[in-house]
Amino acid sequence: MLAKRIIPCLDVRDGRVVKGVKFRDHVDLGGILELAQRYRDAGADELVFYDITASAEKRTVDTSWIEATAQVLDIPFCVAGGIRSVDDARRILHAGADKVSINSPAIEHPDLIDQLAAEFGIQCVVIGIDTLVHDGDYYIWKYTGSESTAQNAGRRTLDWVREVQDRGAGEIVLNCMAADGTKQGYDIEQLNAVRAICRVPLVASGGAGKMEDFYTAFSTARVDAALAAGIFHRGEVQISDLKHYLDSKGVIVRL
Amino acid sequence: MIAVIDTAVANLNSVIYAIQRTETPFCATTDPEVIRQASHVILPGVGHAQASMRRLHELGLVPVIRALTQPVLGICLGMQILYDSSEEGDTPGLGILPGRVAKISAAGLPLPHMGWNTLRLDDPSSPLLRGIFLDDRVYFVHSFRAPMNAAVMASSFYGEEIPAIVGRDNFFGTQFHPERSGPVGLSILRNFCAL
Repeated sequence: MLAKRIIPCLDVRDGRVVKGVKFRDHVDLGGILELAQRYRDAGADELVFYDITASAEKRTVDTSWIEATAQVLDIPFCVAGGIRSVDDARRILHAGADKVSINSPAIEHPDLIDQLAAEFGIQCVVIGIDTLVHDGDYYIWKYTGSESTAQNAGRRTLDWVREVQDRGAGEIVLNCMAADGTKQGYDIEQLNAVRAICRVPLVASGGAGKMEDFYTAFSTARVDAALAAGIFHRGEVQISDLKHYLDSKGVIVRL
Repeated sequence: MIAVIDTAVANLNSVIYAIQRTETPFCATTDPEVIRQASHVILPGVGHAQASMRRLHELGLVPVIRALTQPVLGICLGMQILYDSSEEGDTPGLGILPGRVAKISAAGLPLPHMGWNTLRLDDPSSPLLRGIFLDDRVYFVHSFRAPMNAAVMASSFYGEEIPAIVGRDNFFGTQFHPERSGPVGLSILRNFCAL
């Protein structure tokens, strides 16, 4: 039986893994390879690296750390941030990443999704969606890397979820902005709404604060994977403890 | 020397890095002579069956691969094109293994089949399965599957039975990505390199 996946997300800046509060006051957490191997050994099923430099400064992702990571890592990993073209994606995938995750550039140029799927196959194409409730409906947001640039993209989240699948998304990461950083749990109501129309693997993101939150996301919202950052980085939840807990609750995980 | 056929696909380097971890000498090549002389040949692949076959035709490698007598391992799409044909783009394959590759009919389940799934050992005597146990997990990402026939050495389940490791004579294939399947994947690659 296919296992539910636990995915730590690592923010990368200038070759280091960092963590900040709402993209400010970054704290150095360590070297990329060191953390990648630590999470691999702890039982992470997959890793996401979010290149916050490339995203915020409109730079292209530096691929040297991706090559080094691909050499030591024997689990899949995805690179997000700063990917605006087929050429950007090609450099990252050829460096050894398994997937690329696209967010705001896909909103600006939806054709990019079709192009990426045609060029590399849908299994490489992850669409990240930042979503927030407004006037009783869900809307997608873009440029959420900083408060000064973040804006409502003026499209309903459920419409966008349908469109990206039709265009060739192979996986969707739904980042529920209101829950993000609150440690109050994933936004189950919104994940349920998206799950109902999502035919590709769905990854929950934003709000994980304790082990029970993962259980609820898997059992109630039936997501395929759950992504978290802070609680893993701060050591509040150990991945091995989390997996044994989920296993004891009947969730299929890779132990 | 292992020859990794450079089909210009996105996961070539991941496969190469995994071969490096087995500490076996290798080269990435499209040269028919280098491929013929190699002790082992690996055919990686992700993307679309049609694009992959077109590339092999352009390189003149279709008859070269068919005639190989040393151990050959197709990975993911590289395994699917070993078959007679694929439903994906209605593409003729290399015709080395019998049958047609078809879309996974996992009613109500998300596609692609993505993540860590368990292995059932259909042919425990397979040399690729040395040191591999029932329910070991490997990493899959695919939407099409090979037929369940006599070539299946290990399988998985996702709404239906999914061939995971296949082989006949000197030709082998893995539907999952051994290069991204942790220590289990490394064992399978080492088993192949030891053939």
